[in-house]
Amino acid sequence: MNALYGLYPDAEGAQRAVDALRAASSELKFNAQQIVIVSGEPHEGYDFTDSQATSAPYRWAVLGAAVGGTTGYLLTTISQKSYPIHTGGMSITPAWTNGIIIYEMIMLGAILTTLVVLLIGARLPNFKPVITDPEVGKGKILVGVVDPPESSQPELERRLRLAGASQVKQSAGTL
Amino acid sequence: MQSTAEQIEQDLLRPLFHSSWKYWVAVALAASLLLAGVAAFGYQLYQGIGVWGLNSPVFWAFDITNFVFWIGISHAGTLISAILRLTNATWRRPVTRCAEAITVFSVLIGAIIPLCHLGRPWLAFWMIPYPSERHIWPNFRSPLAWDFFAISTYLTGSTTFLFLPTIPDFAAVRDAATGFRKKVYRILALGWQGTPRQWMRLETAMHIMAVVIVPVAVSVHTIVSWDFAMTLVPMWHSSIFGPYFVAGAIFSGIAALILAMALLRKFLHLEEYLRPIHFENLGKLLLTMSLLWFYFTFAERLTAWYGNSPPEMAVFWESIRKQFAPLFWTMVVCNFIIPVPLLAIKRLRTITGTAIASATVVVGMWLERFLIVVPALEHKFLPYSWGTYRPTWVEDTLMASSFGMMALLYLLFSKFVPMISIWEMKVGLQTHRGVPVVAPADGHVALEGPQ
Repeated sequence: MNALYGLYPDAEGAQRAVDALRAASSELKFNAQQIVIVSGEPHEGYDFTDSQATSAPYRWAVLGAAVGGTTGYLLTTISQKSYPIHTGGMSITPAWTNGIIIYEMIMLGAILTTLVVLLIGARLPNFKPVITDPEVGKGKILVGVVDPPESSQPELERRLRLAGASQVKQSAGTL
Repeated sequence: MQSTAEQIEQDLLRPLFHSSWKYWVAVALAASLLLAGVAAFGYQLYQGIGVWGLNSPVFWAFDITNFVFWIGISHAGTLISAILRLTNATWRRPVTRCAEAITVFSVLIGAIIPLCHLGRPWLAFWMIPYPSERHIWPNFRSPLAWDFFAISTYLTGSTTFLFLPTIPDFAAVRDAATGFRKKVYRILALGWQGTPRQWMRLETAMHIMAVVIVPVAVSVHTIVSWDFAMTLVPMWHSSIFGPYFVAGAIFSGIAALILAMALLRKFLHLEEYLRPIHFENLGKLLLTMSLLWFYFTFAERLTAWYGNSPPEMAVFWESIRKQFAPLFWTMVVCNFIIPVPLLAIKRLRTITGTAIASATVVVGMWLERFLIVVPALEHKFLPYSWGTYRPTWVEDTLMASSFGMMALLYLLFSKFVPMISIWEMKVGLQTHRGVPVVAPADGHVALEGPQ
């Protein structure tokens, strides 16, 4: 893996660079999936981040809650019916008390699903080399192209600088 | 002072790479307390649980007091952090991780205590809901089984809530570290890169977690209160216990958080981040909870007094006028008389003032838990069964060691994880198209917005 990237002091510059790269992708013979953006903190209100927004994790959390609740219901009712205890004429499967277990299982289902969906959605864990730069920790935003064609690199570098990059670098990725 | 992203990273990573001798002295003291507890527990295992002061009718005492106390302290973190996140309170940024760590460790300690109380902790797996070879299933009608589910869910949720926002900070440590430390943090960071997709997913996950964890936190302490309220013991069988316990938990939790923040501020030199405004805001919350605690205590006692039921009045007078009166009035002084003026008068609501108030509240809330448990068990319905309870040195040591364990876990955590979220602090510096994302009070882009 090899990347040519620019470092931008703010999100406005990063957005300009992303727009420039998207516009030049067919001309410089790379596709939009090769564009890499890395920052040390989230930036809201910009196209390059907001385009990643999705409501899927919420739907998965609701589904996880439903699975948790069903598990809680089955755990309580099946075990109470399979191994009934003397209840003095009261219900063998009392909804009031089973409801507490079911409630906790609903919440546990939502929590675990949220965790799993985050890990899958954010593609974690990932122990392959990634494109990053020490300047990212100092507040810069990295915008570049992974494995750009050799012939278009000088033009790519020019466009990254034109968008306001304080530095343009090349990296093979780090662990 | 206007900070930069680089400075924030340097300041907040410093405690991980450099520790003063005071830090190691504190670790040694906390570890000594914990070791004393381990030794006492070993003695208890060898001799049997008879080395505790428990007797008939006082089957629960110090251990259950500590259990309720630590589960209560756990409400400091996740609940407060989740509420502040949901309301987008910008001043939360330096506070949340300090708070979330308290939750995880105190729930962990709270969960260990019932295992000690089992007497034969190696048989604890009997409580896990699975069919054993003797066809034993947990009784799902029992509040103790509810505890198992509630605390497990809360511990899982709190740990997740703490872990998720630390992933980018683990990556920051990974990028700053060298050698073996770098290898460890590379695993902990899970390969975090910081792409917009990862940030968006993380923020969405944190939002879902904040929504879910608030009702879980409320349910946990309500269920702990039902350990008492579901039994026919004088002064326990009351519908007020759920909200009373939740309010008390939040009260003690905020106090523990303020104390922890004051210590971190001093010993990790985080003065630039944990500012007077944070103590002021949390002090106001603590004041509100102190008033609420007084209201609940008054309402609970008034109902018992007005009903004038002889079994309840026996417990009532025992705690107010007789054997437990010194502890009861100390509790009132610690939870109300001292903190209210310290927190209500703006001039006194300083870092020192809020820390003093918090220290008294922690003591007062431990006493409150003790006074709920022991006087009622000593004076059940039939006078012939009345008894007395005196804690033994084993129980005293185990209680002290629970504080040692909390201190040790917290100290070690502060050595491995930045105690203030680096990336969230950097968000506080952002401008959006030239306008600060955090509305500043003083015209500068501040670390947090004291609005």
